Amino acid sequence: PPLETGGASSPSDVMTAASAVSSAVTVHQVAEKVEGLGQFVMKTRRTLKGHGNKVLCMDWCKDKRRIVSSSQDGKVIVWDAFTTNKEHAVTMPCTWVMACAYAPSGCAVACGGLDNKCSVYPLSLDKNENLAAKKKSVAMHTNYLSACSFTNSDMQILTSSGDGTCALWDVESGQLLQSFHGHAADVLCLDLAPSETGNTFVSGGCDKKANVWDMRSGQCIQSFETHESDINSVRYYPSGDAFASGSDDATCRLYDLRADREVAIYSKESIIFGVSSVDFSLSGRLLFGGYNDYTINVWDVLKGTRVSILFGHENRVSTLRVSPDGTAFCTGSWDHTLRVWILMC
Amino acid sequence: MPVINVDDLTDKDKALMEVNQLKLEVKLERWLTSKCCEEMKEYIQERVEEDTLVKGISEEKNPFKEKGGCVIC
Repeated sequence: PPLETGGASSPSDVMTAASAVSSAVTVHQVAEKVEGLGQFVMKTRRTLKGHGNKVLCMDWCKDKRRIVSSSQDGKVIVWDAFTTNKEHAVTMPCTWVMACAYAPSGCAVACGGLDNKCSVYPLSLDKNENLAAKKKSVAMHTNYLSACSFTNSDMQILTSSGDGTCALWDVESGQLLQSFHGHAADVLCLDLAPSETGNTFVSGGCDKKANVWDMRSGQCIQSFETHESDINSVRYYPSGDAFASGSDDATCRLYDLRADREVAIYSKESIIFGVSSVDFSLSGRLLFGGYNDYTINVWDVLKGTRVSILFGHENRVSTLRVSPDGTAFCTGSWDHTLRVWILMC
Repeated sequence: MPVINVDDLTDKDKALMEVNQLKLEVKLERWLTSKCCEEMKEYIQERVEEDTLVKGISEEKNPFKEKGGCVIC
């Protein structure tokens, strides 16, 4: 559409017109000659049972075998995914523990939800020790905690909240180090850039926007608004130069940070339920999406095609993370279970 | 404590926030999309052979192999 010549154009009009005029190059066009992947099927190799209600969040430990998960009934459980044994369990004082994260050292976990806080629990080697006694309240928001992540160390935590902000906290003192304002509605998710690419993170919200932030200045560096509904999940591409998002609009999208635009949409007419969670395989060739229709769709990032649809969960898939070394991925569901999936030769 | 709650912002506040953000972003230097996608393709191709969720994993190397049990040959 041509730019308005008379009258005032808002910066937003100018931006929209400009991106429509420039050619819509996507990753798929550039990857036309790349060999397609065959159809392949990942299988569940572990099912973790023990939560009494919907699993809302999970995170891997750097040791590639332990997992922390949190659920609607207030329980946070640490599992050994190799043996399926529960190593620790703690009951939070609130229900809907929507966020949990493993500390980089493997020695603590963070979690929170309807209590509007993020709390850190050091993990004791003594199984009999009461974890709840050592609890440390770190973050305080004015609405629910939707996501949390330790930064490169156990010393700082990044949080996102229904109050529309993200915040960076010092774990030891509970001090607010930086807050991030820019979303016009609840922030639902966040992901830290891979450490090599510097101090930024991306957040997604109910305002349909994905924002990229400078952690030191608190400034929003870039923002993307192409989704048609809430963004439930954001995840950096392994190189840190792009990120994927999953939304209630039933699509996953890929945004390149240097081009400053959306470069791919992963969708099918037959997929009409929202995406709750996304993550990449090690090389970035595959994008996994957990959906509200109980399935996992596996996308070829380059070709834009779906290479697999995985069944197994008996309710919404609410959370999905690839393991730190890329050998497996784990899903959590409203069916109370977690599953660990791999691809056999 | 974070200083704002979005519920307290008026529509005008939110619109102003958006316009200020766009003014910042207009100054960004952008790469050509084709170049970015080309680099993405190369990045993947350099690493895809080691990606066990694409190539698969053998039972011996599988950290989540079937637990115990007997096998009837």
